[in-house]
Amino acid sequence: MKPLLLWSDILIYLLVVALCLFFLQLRRDPQTREHWRRVFSSRLGMVTCTLIMAYVGIALLDSLHFRRALDPVTGGGGEIYYDNKVTSVLDVMLAGMGERFERTYSAPFALQSFEKQDKKDEHGVAYRDFPLLEHAGRHLQAPADRWPDVLGKSLEALLLGLVLSAAVIGLQWYCLRGSALPWSASWLTQAGVICVGVWLVSISRYYHVLGTDLGGADVAYQSIKGVRTGVLLGTLSTLIMLPIAVSLGVMAGYFKGWVDDVVQYLYTTLSSIPGILLIAASVLLFQVYIDLHPDYFSIGLEKADARFIALCFILGVTSWSSLCRLIRAETLKISQLGYVQAAHAFGVSNSRILLRHVVPNVSHIILITFVLDFSALVLAEAILSYIGVGIDPNMASWGNMINGARSELSREPAVWWTLSGAFLFMFGLVLSANLFSDLVRDAFDPRSAAGSGTP
Amino acid sequence: MLAYIIRRLLYAIPILVGVNLLTFTLFFVVNSPEDMAVSQLGQKYVTPEAIQAWKRKNGYDLPLFYNPQADGAGAVTETIFFSKSLKLFVFDFGRSESGRDITTDVSTRMWPSLAVALPTFVVGIWVNICVALLVVMFHATRLDRWAVFVFVALMSISYLFYIIGGQYLVAKTWKLVPISGFNMESQPWKFLILPVLVGVIAGIGSGARWYRTLFLEEANQDYVRTARAKGASEIRILFRHILPNALIPILTGVVVLIPSLFMGSLLIESFFGIPGLGSYMLDAINAQDFAIVRSMVFIGSILYIIGLILTDISYTWADPRLRLD
Amino acid sequence: MTVAMQVQNLCVQVGETGEAIVRGVSFELRAGEIFALVGESGSGKSVTSLAAMRLLPNALQITAGAVHVAGQDLFALSEANMQSVRGRRVAMIFQNAMSALNPVQTAGDQVAETLRLHTRLAGAALRARVVQLFAEVGIQDPAARYGFFPHQLSGGQQQRVMIAMALACEPDILIADEPTTSLDVTIQQQVLGLIRGLTRSRQLAVLLITHDMGVVRHTADEVAVMYRGEIIERAPVAEFFRNPREAYSRRLIAALPDLTHFHDAWDGPALLELDEVKVHFPIRKGILQRVVDYTRAVDGVSLTIGRGETYALVGESGSGKSTLGRAILHLEPVAAGRITFQGQPLQSLSRRAMLPFRKQIQVVFQNPNSSMNPRLTVGEIISEGMDSLGMGLSAAQRAERVGALLERVQLPADFCDRHPHELSGGQLQRVAIARALAVEPQLIICDEPTSALDVSIRAEVLDLLQELQREFGVSYLFITHDLSIVPSLAHRVGVMQAGRLVEQGSAEQILNHPRHPYTRALLASVPRLDSA
Repeated sequence: MKPLLLWSDILIYLLVVALCLFFLQLRRDPQTREHWRRVFSSRLGMVTCTLIMAYVGIALLDSLHFRRALDPVTGGGGEIYYDNKVTSVLDVMLAGMGERFERTYSAPFALQSFEKQDKKDEHGVAYRDFPLLEHAGRHLQAPADRWPDVLGKSLEALLLGLVLSAAVIGLQWYCLRGSALPWSASWLTQAGVICVGVWLVSISRYYHVLGTDLGGADVAYQSIKGVRTGVLLGTLSTLIMLPIAVSLGVMAGYFKGWVDDVVQYLYTTLSSIPGILLIAASVLLFQVYIDLHPDYFSIGLEKADARFIALCFILGVTSWSSLCRLIRAETLKISQLGYVQAAHAFGVSNSRILLRHVVPNVSHIILITFVLDFSALVLAEAILSYIGVGIDPNMASWGNMINGARSELSREPAVWWTLSGAFLFMFGLVLSANLFSDLVRDAFDPRSAAGSGTP
Repeated sequence: MLAYIIRRLLYAIPILVGVNLLTFTLFFVVNSPEDMAVSQLGQKYVTPEAIQAWKRKNGYDLPLFYNPQADGAGAVTETIFFSKSLKLFVFDFGRSESGRDITTDVSTRMWPSLAVALPTFVVGIWVNICVALLVVMFHATRLDRWAVFVFVALMSISYLFYIIGGQYLVAKTWKLVPISGFNMESQPWKFLILPVLVGVIAGIGSGARWYRTLFLEEANQDYVRTARAKGASEIRILFRHILPNALIPILTGVVVLIPSLFMGSLLIESFFGIPGLGSYMLDAINAQDFAIVRSMVFIGSILYIIGLILTDISYTWADPRLRLD
Repeated sequence: MTVAMQVQNLCVQVGETGEAIVRGVSFELRAGEIFALVGESGSGKSVTSLAAMRLLPNALQITAGAVHVAGQDLFALSEANMQSVRGRRVAMIFQNAMSALNPVQTAGDQVAETLRLHTRLAGAALRARVVQLFAEVGIQDPAARYGFFPHQLSGGQQQRVMIAMALACEPDILIADEPTTSLDVTIQQQVLGLIRGLTRSRQLAVLLITHDMGVVRHTADEVAVMYRGEIIERAPVAEFFRNPREAYSRRLIAALPDLTHFHDAWDGPALLELDEVKVHFPIRKGILQRVVDYTRAVDGVSLTIGRGETYALVGESGSGKSTLGRAILHLEPVAAGRITFQGQPLQSLSRRAMLPFRKQIQVVFQNPNSSMNPRLTVGEIISEGMDSLGMGLSAAQRAERVGALLERVQLPADFCDRHPHELSGGQLQRVAIARALAVEPQLIICDEPTSALDVSIRAEVLDLLQELQREFGVSYLFITHDLSIVPSLAHRVGVMQAGRLVEQGSAEQILNHPRHPYTRALLASVPRLDSA
């Protein structure tokens, strides 16, 4: 076994560390702490945050990659060769869910393939029928046993899930006694996530819960693998965009004059270009670069990863203008306030005023943008993949799943499960992110807290 | 007012120059014509001769900025920068890499785009305002909270699913309209209804939620309290006081989009097979036809800048506080 | 006199927390009389009036009480019936007319709307009635003003439109919630005069809500003092000012200026000299945004402040007094003239060369909430100047000094770990003073330091400033719009109007023997005890 560090793995773990430090820093400030308390004192906040954490957890587990050692070749001199296929810790936890391939489409919980195949009976007569699936229902005595079997196995899994949840929740309950926050909402969600997870993993050993796609891959597995792509794209792009937007916006609003003119010119120019075209052009250009330099990447996944990071960069670099505008406006307001004026009167240097007085006081805008942009980026990924300038087709992503399956609804009967898989997982993430970002905005944005009056 | 508009137009020039330089850098400096030729021809057929031939055919065999071989003004004009970038300013888009005249393509394809985008835009705003008003009437009730939740849920569904779902239900299952296609001459509405419907429904979530916030922001203003103290009814306050005030940010916020309606929608047009500029762009991206992409970038930024100017004008027109005397 | 409105045992609380805002308030309004409800911010006086009209925001609930108007209990009416009471029988005018008027409706239409709601007037008759009302409330050229939008009217005119709107349907009762608070003093006087005149001529019953004892003194017939949601004292105005019963009432009255005691004129050595100082802001116009003219914010001001002296710079908003203060601090560029501090010219110094003087000249701003970074602790705020101006102190020495300063401004030393939002306005302003004192300045520019504070706290802060002056010999440039705090504070006074110093002299001279007509106009509007 040999660990493999993809660039995106490194970035995501750096990001997690950075975010932890950022939140620790924020915790020092009682006002910020009060805002967070408001977010989490609602049950909705707890539920959505738990769900997001579940998604992030899946993404992080899926970001620990390694290559399996192949069995030593006899007489090979003891040298170990590694599998070209990259495995992640998540794959191990899913217990081989991704290795049970069929020939082509099959419906959820089906025992037979979706398409007929030429066969010969024992007398050598050719006929066409639906072939049995290789990895579904093989343990059944008769096809009629399927649903009772599913039910039994589900109950078994549910029991295991409940036991597991009880252990996890019990531990938290012990640690969090006396907390005023509505932890019970979070615990219910956790129990739900754990039960569904356990059920999915255990039942997938016997059936394809969400069917299989054109290439015969398990749709549920594909959907889970798409989580990493979605979460990483949403966070990395914002992270790349933040330093550009914050530094330019703060400087424009603080120094005014020609600095302001230049920054305004830059973002007006950038936002005047139709975003989708700019992104498409940049991605295509990068793809040309990859194609012309195949020797830079030793395995296919590295190539896909390079394209993925490039996409994050391009999305980040092309999308800073709106945040920059907000921060510039807020900085203009802050530099008129008494405390910046007083700092001037104390002869505090410009850089120190920016770092100590301005940046901390625009941080709520940064935070709100971060949570707000996240879901937009996850949605954008699907559209970009559809256009053909998104994630590399070899990388699992919801956009690629939709793209591959969009025309299959017109078949008779319709192949609906691939779309449903992508839809379910994507909707879950985006909805919880959107609801959570609403709460964050209400708590942190003084205007919306006073203005909207939502209970 | 006139001086103001002229000033705004003058400001547009450096922006267009910037867009032009940026696209030029992207398409010719970062990515050399050789690279383009290789990817267009495909790795298999790459020979130095083939690359040269391809470059000559598409006019990429010239130097980037300065041509020492040509004499006189030709040293500047016979370059890629002049022939491919500067000519955009006089709306000379040249030919696409497959040899079609881009200007003709654009002028024929923008009308189908407009035929879809304009009704979607107008009906969309109208529907969103109505939905938002309805929700605001029930502000601070259970209905309001659920409506906001539904809006957020609608926002969380990818645009692709709206299109796919619409086609599946309306066209395939109920067979009410054709799944896709377009015909300007006979019964164009038959082809337009579904795209417009999908576009409007996909926009309700974010649109109505935004308008609701705008209405509520106005509802907290002091003048609303004054109107209540006058004895005005809640309905009257909503329609006579809140709505006119909230329409200012609504109108000025959407004006910037009006010129861009000509560009159409990438997704809607490609799914419904409408021969507009949106599907034109998509085809160009898929065929890696950079000549078209370049031209569309330029057109897009011009339309955006027009939108910005219209926004400024609409502010002064819609808001009496900003009216320039 | 007949009772027009009777409020009995009114109780209001915050819906969610159950915190009581108004506890059992009772009073009655009589026709032809003005009843003043006085109290500081947060005392529940505005909530009382809104509750009486059932206009409370959703978060507040009426839990008990009754409001009777002409024998009807307003709390028992349906919402539809209540709408016919509002504007028809009971009308309201609010503070800050600019935001209380609909910005996209013309002034005339807004008045006409009240008439449309409650009468059958329409068309030309409606318009004529509005114009007539405009004339009655003293709007010049009423027919032309009909089509004006609120922003095209001055503050005083906006408030007159509000009054016209309230009087349109000839109500019996008028509730005026701080009607003059955001107006300049000279305009304030006219608007109050108008309300008083209408009360007599139309036999209105008026509920006047205000925090300003001067307004009460000049306008009201009866007064009730509200404190923490209760009426603690109630008396006819003359009786109240002659013999206030409660200690809190006496504090409020004590905040009124006493024009008999002045500081002696001061003749120490000059510390700061301004010579024909001008601050101009460019006005840009045309296609190329060329500078066509300048706003002359400060247009040639000369004055001298002596060591240990307090110079009060008085003027209304927009007179350029704050800009002048900012120019001395090098926060605005000086267009012309000379600023001399301890004999050295300041106006042309670079950022770096100015640093040594930053220690000498400090500032206290008006709004205590915005003048401190909400993310820093009080200790960090106070020590910022010591840090940046290189006082050469170790961390321990700094911490010790912060503690000493906090104690000096009468705050507990453990406040240094608190954040600004945990402090009250008066406490914050003490921290701001401590911050300025930290670098041991010679001159502190106080830009309206007390105008955001309640009157009872205002006096404490002013006392503190004077104590510190005696102790450290520091000079003040005291910028204010409020002439009433001048006598107890200033050695000398300068009056600014439209960027110019129209009059200056000793405090006694300016307040008792003003020469310039503008100074006289300002003085006429200052409420004082002795003039009654």
